[in-house]
Amino acid sequence: MQLTAEREHYLNASYGLKSWLLTKDHKRIGLLYLFTITLFFFIGGAFATLIRLELLTPQGDLVSDDVYNRLFTMHAIAMIFFFMIPSIPAVLGNFFLPIMIGARDLAFPRINLLSWYLLVAGGAFALFAMIAGGVDTGWTFYTPYSTTYANGWVIATALGIFIAGFSSILTGLNFIVTVHRMRAPGMTWFRMPLFVWANYATSLIQILGTPVLAVTIVLLFVERVFHLGIFDPARGGDPVLFQHLFWFYSHPAVYIMVLPGMGVISEVISTFSRKPVFGYAFVAFSSVAIAVLGFLVWGHHLFVSTQSAFAGLVFSFLSYFVAIPSAIKVFNWTATLYKGSISFETPMLYAFGFIGLFTIGGLTGLFLAALGIDIHVTDTYFVVAHFHYVMVGGTIMAFLAGMHFWWPKITGRMYPEGWAKLSALIVFVGFNLTFFPQFILGYMGMPRRYHAYPPEFQVLNVLSTAGASVLAIGYLMPMVYFTWSLKYGKVAGANPWGATGLEWKTASPPPVHNFDETPIVTHDAYDYSTVHGEEIQVG
Amino acid sequence: MQDEIDSPQHHVDSAGTYVAVLVTLLFLTILTTAVAYVDLGYFSTVIALGIACTKMLLVALFFMHIRHSTKLTKLVVVGGLLWLAILLLLTLTDFATRTWIGVPGR
Amino acid sequence: MADHSHTETLDLRVQFDTAEQQKDCSTLGMWIFLITEVMFFGGMFAAYTIYRQFYPEVFAIASTSLNAKIGAFNTCVLLLSSFTMVMAVRAGQLGKQKAIVGWLILTLIFGGAFLGVKGIEWHEKFVEHHIPGQAEFHLEGLPQSEQGHAQIFFSLYFSMTGLHALHMVVGAGMLIWLLLEARKGTFSAKYYTPIDVGGLYWHFVDIIWIFLFPLLYLIDRHLKV
Repeated sequence: MQLTAEREHYLNASYGLKSWLLTKDHKRIGLLYLFTITLFFFIGGAFATLIRLELLTPQGDLVSDDVYNRLFTMHAIAMIFFFMIPSIPAVLGNFFLPIMIGARDLAFPRINLLSWYLLVAGGAFALFAMIAGGVDTGWTFYTPYSTTYANGWVIATALGIFIAGFSSILTGLNFIVTVHRMRAPGMTWFRMPLFVWANYATSLIQILGTPVLAVTIVLLFVERVFHLGIFDPARGGDPVLFQHLFWFYSHPAVYIMVLPGMGVISEVISTFSRKPVFGYAFVAFSSVAIAVLGFLVWGHHLFVSTQSAFAGLVFSFLSYFVAIPSAIKVFNWTATLYKGSISFETPMLYAFGFIGLFTIGGLTGLFLAALGIDIHVTDTYFVVAHFHYVMVGGTIMAFLAGMHFWWPKITGRMYPEGWAKLSALIVFVGFNLTFFPQFILGYMGMPRRYHAYPPEFQVLNVLSTAGASVLAIGYLMPMVYFTWSLKYGKVAGANPWGATGLEWKTASPPPVHNFDETPIVTHDAYDYSTVHGEEIQVG
Repeated sequence: MQDEIDSPQHHVDSAGTYVAVLVTLLFLTILTTAVAYVDLGYFSTVIALGIACTKMLLVALFFMHIRHSTKLTKLVVVGGLLWLAILLLLTLTDFATRTWIGVPGR
Repeated sequence: MADHSHTETLDLRVQFDTAEQQKDCSTLGMWIFLITEVMFFGGMFAAYTIYRQFYPEVFAIASTSLNAKIGAFNTCVLLLSSFTMVMAVRAGQLGKQKAIVGWLILTLIFGGAFLGVKGIEWHEKFVEHHIPGQAEFHLEGLPQSEQGHAQIFFSLYFSMTGLHALHMVVGAGMLIWLLLEARKGTFSAKYYTPIDVGGLYWHFVDIIWIFLFPLLYLIDRHLKV
C-alpha cells in the first residue's frame, strides 16, 4: 500500500472548522450531509421508539392521543425530508458521482455548498417546530385540517420542508448538468456506472416534482396565514386539489428515495459477483422509466377521496406499469448472480436484504394499486408495512450497503468485517420482525395513526415492538464500528474489492481534485478484465 | 464534454431583429386586449391562449436565444412543458370526469 | 489533458477544462432552474384551470373588476424591460461596457415601473374590499351565495401576481448586482455569462406574466363594455 502519512488527500489538505464549512469540495460536502442526515435519522428514530413503546399495550397509556399524533407526524417529517430524500444522493451521490464519471468536481461547487446550508436551515426550522411542541397533521398536511384547525407548528414545519426542497432541487440540477457536461474523455453515456444513471434519474424527479410541492406549501401558507381560500371548502374550494398537488410530488418522492438505492445495489451485486450487470442498458433505462412513470400514478393515493371513479381506474391502471421497470431491475440483478464468482462481504449481504425486502414492498404495492383491495386496506397497517418495506427495507438497506462498500474509499480504512456482517444480520432479522406483523395487523383491520387498539391485536404489536428494539441495535452497531475504524481500521488500498469503477482507480481517500490526471475511459462499466489481479484481497 | 455542443452562442443578433420582435409583442398585447371585448364564446379563451403562446415563443426563440441554443437546451424546454402538461391533464382526469361514473354514497 | 488542474479565473473555474464548457454549464443550469419554475407556477395554473372550470361565470365577473387597460399597459412595460434586457446581453456579447450599464439601468427602471403599477392595482383592491379572507369582502354584481367563489378567484389573483411580483423583486436584486459588477468592468466579450443567464431569468418572469395577463384580466370582457 502507499505511504499514507505523506500523501495529500481531501481530508488532510486543510484543517479547521472553516475549511469544512466553506469547502467547495463535493467530497467534504458529502460528509457534511452525512453528519446532518445521521442526526435526523436518530431524531426520527427516537420518535419511532416512542411510537412503538406506546403500541406495546392496547390502551393509550404512555402518551395522549394528541401527543401520539405529533409523534408519528414528526417521525415521518424527520425521516422523509431530512434523512431519506438527501440520504443516498446527497451523501454517496455527492461524493462519488463526479469521481465515477472522471470529473474534478460537480459543475457548480458553490451551489452544492449552498444546498447543504439550505438543508441545515430547513432542518433548523423543523427542529424548532419539534422542540416547540410539534405538529399533528401527519406528514401529508391535508387541508382543511392543516389550514384551519390544526394548532401545532404547521407553518414552521412547512417552511422547513420548503427550504429543504430547494436543497433537493439544487442538488438535482447540479447532478444533471454534471452528468451532461463534465464526463471524462471516453466516458460515454453507456459506459457510465449504473449508480450514475440512477442518480441522474433521481435528479430528474427532484427538479420536476419538488417545485410542485413548494408551490403547494406556499398555497397552504397563504391560506393559513393570510386566509386566502384556495383549498377552503367553505368558499367552494376543493381540498382534493391539495391532495393532487401534494402527491404529484410526494409519490415521485418515493422514487427519489429508492432509485439511488437501486443504483448502489447494481454496483454492489456486480462487484461481489465479479460479473457485469446483466442487461446493462435495460437496468439503466429502467431507472429513467421509473422516474417518468412515477409521475403518472399519484392518484392511487386518492382512491378513497372524492376523486372521480374514472380517474381511479386510470391511476390504478397506470400504477401497474411501475412494476415493469422495477421487475426488470430485480430479475437482472438475479441474473447477474448466475454463474458469478459470489463472495459474501457485508455490502453484498445488505444487497441481498434489499432485493428480498424491496420485492415484498413492491409486490404489496401492487395490492394497493388494485382499487378493490385498496379500499379494504386504506389507512391500515398494511400500508404502513408496505412503505416501510420499500423505504426502510429498500432505501436504508441500500444506504448501509453503499456506506460499507465505499467506506474504505471515503476514509482510507476498512471497517471490521465480522461486526459488520453481524449487524447486517441483526438489521435483517429486526426489520422483518418489526414490519411483517404489520402486514397481518393491517389485513386484519388495525387502522394506522391511532394510539390505542383492540386487545386482540396485542400479540402482533408486541412482536413488532420487540423487532424494533432488535433493529435499533442493528442500526447503532455501524455507528460504533465505523467510528472505531477511523483510527483502528485496517488501512485500505485503492481498490480493496477488486471493483471496476473510476472511483477505485484513484487513491483512498481520493486527492482534492479526485485524480492526479484526468482519466481516459476505454472500457465499458463492469469490465473485470481491466482489474489487476494483485489488488484483489477479497475474503 | 461528450455531448456535442452544436452551436455555441457566438451568434449576435442585430438590434433591428430585437426591435421587430418588441413591436410584434406590443402589437399582440393590444390585439389580445381588444379581442377580449368581443363575444366569441369558447373561442375567446382559445384566442387569448393562442396569442399568449405566440408571445411566449417570440420571447423564448429570440430574447432567450433558443433558436441558437444546443439541442439539449431545446430538449430541456420541451421536456419541461411536457411535464407541465402531465400535471394539468392528469389532474383534470379527476376534475373533468367526476360525473362520469356514479359511486354509491357520494 | 496534460494539465489536470489549472489556476482559477472568472471565465474558467477549476472544475472545467474550457471556458466554452463553463459557459455551456451555466446556461444549461439556468434552463433547468427555469423548468423548476415552470412546475412551480404550474401548480397554480392547475388550481386556476380547475376553479375556472368549476365557476366560469363568477370568474368572468370577478375578472371584469380588474382594470384591463392598466393590465395591458403594464404588460407593455414588462415587454419593454425584456427588450432592454436582451440589448444588455447583446452589449455583453459585443463587450461594450458602457452600453451594458445603460441597458441594465433601463431594464431596472421598467421593472420598477411594473412593480409600482402593480402596487397601485393591489392598493385599489384593498380600497374596493376585494381581499379574500376579510369579513368585508364583497364583489359587486354577485349574490351572497357566490361571494365565496369570488374569493377563490381573488385568492388565485393575489397568489399568482404576488409570486410573480416576488420573482420580479428577486430579478431586480439580480439586476442591481449585475449593474455593480458591470460598473467595475467585470464583463467583457470573453466573460458575460452572468448577464446572459440573468437575462434568461428576466425573460422567463416576463413569459409568466404573458400568461397571467389574459388569464386574470381578460376573461369574457364583453360582459362589461
